[in-house]
Amino acid sequence: MNIWTAAAFQILQSVFVVLAAPVLVGWVNQCRAWLQNRSAPSLLLPYFTLAKLFHKEAVVARSASPLFRATPYILFGCMWLAAGIVPVLATGLPFAPAADIIALVGVFALARVFSALAAMDIGTSFGSLGARREMMIGFLAEPAMLMTLFTAAFISGSTQLTTIVDTLAHREFALYPSLAFAAVAFLMVLLAENARIPIDNPATHLELTMIHEAMILEYSARHLALIEWAVAIKLFAYMTLGIALFVPWGIAPAGDWHALPAAVGALAAKLLLAGAGLALIEALLAKLRLLLAPEFLSTAFLLGVLGMLTHFLVQG
Amino acid sequence: MSVLSAALSPLGGALSCAVLWLAIAAASLVPAGNAAFARRFAFPLGAAAGLAIAAVGLGAVWLPAQTSTLPLGLPDLPFHLRLDPLAGFFLMLLGSVSAGISVYAAGYFRAEPSARLALIGFQYHVFLASMAFVLLADDAYFFMVAWETMALSSYFLVITDHKQAAIRSAGFLYLLIAHLGAIAVLLCFGVLNGGRGDYSFDALRAAQLQPLWATVAFLLAFFGFGAKAGMLPLHAWLPEAHPAAPSPVSALMSGIMIKTAIYGMVRVAFDLIGNVRWEWGLVVLAVGAGTTLFGILFALMQHDLKRLLAYSSVENIGIILLGLGMAMVFIGFGHPTVGTLGLIAALYHTLNHAVFKGLLFLGAGSILRSSGLRNLNDMGGLIHRMPKTAFYFLIGALAISALPPLNGFVSEWLTFQTALQATILQNGIVRSLLPLFAATLALAGALTAMCFVKVFGVAFLGRPREPAHLSPLPHAGDASDMERYGMAWLAAGCFVLGLFPTSFLLILNRVGASLTGHGLSEQALSGSGWLWLVPTAAEQASYSPLIFLVVIVAVTLLALLLVRRFYHGRVRLADPWDCGYPEQTPRMQDTADAFGQPIRHVFGPLYKMDRRLPGPEDAQPRYVLKIEDRHWYWLYLPVARAAEFISSKIALLQQGRISIYLLYSFITLIALLVFAR
Repeated sequence: MNIWTAAAFQILQSVFVVLAAPVLVGWVNQCRAWLQNRSAPSLLLPYFTLAKLFHKEAVVARSASPLFRATPYILFGCMWLAAGIVPVLATGLPFAPAADIIALVGVFALARVFSALAAMDIGTSFGSLGARREMMIGFLAEPAMLMTLFTAAFISGSTQLTTIVDTLAHREFALYPSLAFAAVAFLMVLLAENARIPIDNPATHLELTMIHEAMILEYSARHLALIEWAVAIKLFAYMTLGIALFVPWGIAPAGDWHALPAAVGALAAKLLLAGAGLALIEALLAKLRLLLAPEFLSTAFLLGVLGMLTHFLVQG
Repeated sequence: MSVLSAALSPLGGALSCAVLWLAIAAASLVPAGNAAFARRFAFPLGAAAGLAIAAVGLGAVWLPAQTSTLPLGLPDLPFHLRLDPLAGFFLMLLGSVSAGISVYAAGYFRAEPSARLALIGFQYHVFLASMAFVLLADDAYFFMVAWETMALSSYFLVITDHKQAAIRSAGFLYLLIAHLGAIAVLLCFGVLNGGRGDYSFDALRAAQLQPLWATVAFLLAFFGFGAKAGMLPLHAWLPEAHPAAPSPVSALMSGIMIKTAIYGMVRVAFDLIGNVRWEWGLVVLAVGAGTTLFGILFALMQHDLKRLLAYSSVENIGIILLGLGMAMVFIGFGHPTVGTLGLIAALYHTLNHAVFKGLLFLGAGSILRSSGLRNLNDMGGLIHRMPKTAFYFLIGALAISALPPLNGFVSEWLTFQTALQATILQNGIVRSLLPLFAATLALAGALTAMCFVKVFGVAFLGRPREPAHLSPLPHAGDASDMERYGMAWLAAGCFVLGLFPTSFLLILNRVGASLTGHGLSEQALSGSGWLWLVPTAAEQASYSPLIFLVVIVAVTLLALLLVRRFYHGRVRLADPWDCGYPEQTPRMQDTADAFGQPIRHVFGPLYKMDRRLPGPEDAQPRYVLKIEDRHWYWLYLPVARAAEFISSKIALLQQGRISIYLLYSFITLIALLVFAR
């Protein structure tokens, strides 16, 4: 594979993720509307929202520092990098060795720290409330995420996502109890990290419960658009990461143009299912009380640790 | 000629720099009437000596060990000196970090009265020189002399403001625990020596100890040096003494001095004893995990900035111990190469922590200097008053939170990589224990991020919490030039150590190989190029911080350009949105204590908490929250009471009448006659 093909694959995948991410959000919203017996909004509504926001005039609080204005762009950059690392369509991309799973968790942590700092920048009570809650979710979700990823790393003997996905996709079919634990933990982390029910509700602005929305209350127009877009990419990256770890079949090796259409098809089918599943979870569950969120996440953390130990017990 | 060539050799160079520090110390005392001397001459020259000693240390990593003796000391025990890769690495740490701190100190002490400044300058440079001698010492006697000089000079620096009773008692606690540690270290050398009488490190190295005695020696060294490092449960002095000292001294103590204890542990365990056992590794891991979690959980509860940073140092010592413990486990099970990786991770974190904790203490010093504030709850919005300090502090905060692409992430990444090698261990229990310690590290890393979001958010962001006429904040100015140069040097260190890890890995690999005999393959390290950090094999793990940074910066700028190009950059300034509650005041922002509330909720049983809520009918409602360290109650106070009880019993001997004392002498004489018969 020459360097141009590799670069083409890399750019193709990154652009694909950045452009496709809002559709996934639209799809989840559509499914949720159907499940709630509402007439569904258009699949493309997130794009229209982004376009509308980009056209508006930004309103920034007087007490804002440069950090506040820089943060949306930094978030977008972080998520773009994450989209380049996760093997979405193909493995063995040129970016992949630049960051392994630990660094991937680091990217998400970097984005979280900046969004929490920006939330505290204006000096309103809601901003710091959101930052505090976000960091509370983060300090439990991040290690839980690392534990599930370590389980996969132990199975494949590597922290490189490419190697992990190759190992998991091409191994002989066997049931890995450790991966089952890890999958449940990963799902719980995915819900928490993407501000979904039962931890947060993306659809409301209720001050007693909101987390993510409280942090971005002060943002408007293009800043808000970039944040919304970054959030959509984050959801997409998490879902594709889960797919790559737990149902990797169908992914293309880098540089193989013929396998690409099949890979896109497989990914689309898996994402349709995953999005519908997410909507179903959100329709069936109620939001947890905020004080119960640490219990939910420590369960995820313990499940991740259990998965890792199971690997040593069963395969050791 | 021979003197000149001796001075030009690495060992001679290091010695000259240390002696230069001593000379600066002596010179600081002489022109006691002239404070400008200290500012313009003493501290900058000390910084230059630091840079020189760092260069010498760096050079020594690549050379075989050099030894020499000084005609000082006891009659048949001259001072032995030795410069090997391990000492060279720590000299580099000492010199490069202290250079930034000394430059900063030249600006920080600008308004100090000259008599006080003379004493500070004297002790400060004696402190630096004694740390260099600790690293160069090659016999137990010289080591202990340097070690105690270090403890005493830092004690006098801690009690610079000795007129406050709280600072005197903090200094006393520090001196007490430092000496408990020193006694343990002394006993350790005694055990290693085994009664042969030769206390040079060469003799200690050659001694063949039985496993039991080796374990005793190791435990003595571990707890003796651990007391200096701030390891659980001997950490109590650290959050008292570090905040009490002037800020550059806090930076020296937290950044460098506690690292000499890590040096001592590595020197004794890996070099002098040599045969590392995996059981020791488990002890170190258990203590390290406890120290890590305890440190960060208590840091999250603090609202005094310097105290918070001190607790965070406790946490980082725990992280270093986790790396050391893993190294011991792997070496003990006969995997010295992976063990070296663990050692490298620990030493890398030692260097990283010196750099970013030095930076953070200096930033805290600048806030203290310009506003007189240490309590986070009185701050807010400092980024508008001190933008440059805020910038450097942000770099330090991101680095300590182990966020890529800065330096804290690299060493935590290496520690994780070591833990992930656990599959090669034969012992099933140990194999599944190592990932649990990795889980502890993951939890601590995320908690650190929360802690430093709290620090930066509460101190620098938002708005001042107090009304303008009650607060010193509106008059706070940015740090002076010299202070900023010092901080910029350390902030640059955070970037260099974070972005070019392979170069430092090659250095550390030499250090590790000189101790364990098995380095990582230099081909694998450098084979993939300086851009890539590959500790073992590319398909196993790799990380490229530079690409990481370039991609984020490029996409961030691209997004900015595209938005500006195709849409517009129009901005309207307005008041913050009040969510329909017009009566909001800046006091409604989270305080430092409020930000830590979720942690208090989740980890409540770990704290000794005294909380009084206001009643519904109070005329002046007050919320009181006091959080204390449980160790005081189960360890320190019982020991103190026991010591008091015993001394009160012994005090019965003291009757204050001369006839009684004559009687004691008489009885002693009789007893001696009986025994010496």
